[in-house]
Amino acid sequence: MIISLTAEKLACVRGDRQVFTALNFQVGAGEVLVVEGANGVGKTSLLRLIAGFLPPATGSIAITTDKNVISDGEERGRQAGWLGHQDGIKPQLSVGEQLEFFAHLYGARTELEGVLNQVGLSRQRLLPCRYLSAGQKKRLGLARLMISARPLWLLDEPFAALDTAGRVLASALMQAHCASGGIVVAASHDPFGFAARSMRLGAP
Amino acid sequence: MSFAFRSLLMRDLRLAARSGGSAFLALAFFALMATLVPLGVGADLHLLARVAAGVLWVGAVLAALLSLDRLFQGDFDDGSLDLIALSPLSLEEVALAKFLAHWLSTGLPLTLLSPLLALFFGLSPLGTEMLVLSLLIGTPAVSAVGAIGASLTLSLKRGGLILPLLILPLLTPVVIFGAGAVSTALDGLANGALGLLAAFSVAAVLLSPFVTAACVRLNLAG
Repeated sequence: MIISLTAEKLACVRGDRQVFTALNFQVGAGEVLVVEGANGVGKTSLLRLIAGFLPPATGSIAITTDKNVISDGEERGRQAGWLGHQDGIKPQLSVGEQLEFFAHLYGARTELEGVLNQVGLSRQRLLPCRYLSAGQKKRLGLARLMISARPLWLLDEPFAALDTAGRVLASALMQAHCASGGIVVAASHDPFGFAARSMRLGAP
Repeated sequence: MSFAFRSLLMRDLRLAARSGGSAFLALAFFALMATLVPLGVGADLHLLARVAAGVLWVGAVLAALLSLDRLFQGDFDDGSLDLIALSPLSLEEVALAKFLAHWLSTGLPLTLLSPLLALFFGLSPLGTEMLVLSLLIGTPAVSAVGAIGASLTLSLKRGGLILPLLILPLLTPVVIFGAGAVSTALDGLANGALGLLAAFSVAAVLLSPFVTAACVRLNLAG
């Protein structure tokens, strides 16, 4: 069980540019943290820092679970489910093949049919992904997120390209994830369908 | 072999075989090149047999290079590499799976095709046998060194153009020992070329996953 995600005096440098400094926050189990801020203020960089792709310039990020405290970047990544602004979808593979690959890669035991039904892609199971619309690709991303069964969800613009029903679905999935004791950190400009804590980057 | 490792390997093989995949492209390039050389050199069978090993070895290396930029580039560009990096596999295992998939989809088919192409050069059965053996031993090194180059040039736009410049000098020993093994065998001399080729290949395959994983880490942070 995950207990919290903590960042202390976090600083991020990209190239020669100081993106943000002295960032402190803590998110507990069952919470959603919405990261807001203007374009280029470092929302995606923050998500990549948490996932362990980027090493922090200074400061630390740690995930506390009921067993241990994880501060190593790659170990942190093993706790994270990722929905980036790049879709990570191969046009040559069918929806089913794509999802099956991720289920096997992540060692997930989830039933694919049920997940596909939930995100509204069950009819597209045999369709090559090159025929999917941007919104359908996002839905596939959400399905992948559910399959990954990771306690910490890192979402970059989770509502982008989704229709109204898709937004409702994404909100419901996030709420369900939190209700089962997970954590969501989402970078977004869109209003969430529910009350969520927000943190503004780059505010003076 | 873990389940996750096998699923990544099978997925890369599947992508290589599908439309837009690189497996067929490398084979076609190899076959076309081996067809053109005898046409250019002329029908001097003695001369063709002498140059066969060198030409086919260079052709195999160039054909394998053609498909290298797809090893990591595709996954990097569409964000798949992020998701793969977060999987339970370590990046070293990911690099090993991708190297294996590349060899199975290019190096091995090239090796299997080579005896047929050796016919165009009038290479003797002994020479052909040596050629196949040296390709079987040497092509893993091409994929292994190639994987390092492919991971190093990930974040460069049009990195595929720089890749051959980076990789080809490192592959000179493979071509020298590989082609050398065939020509010394044709001359009826005992030679250590195959042994040296095997040593180079083993070293490259063992080191490659670690170097490749380090390069991927750098590029994910970039």
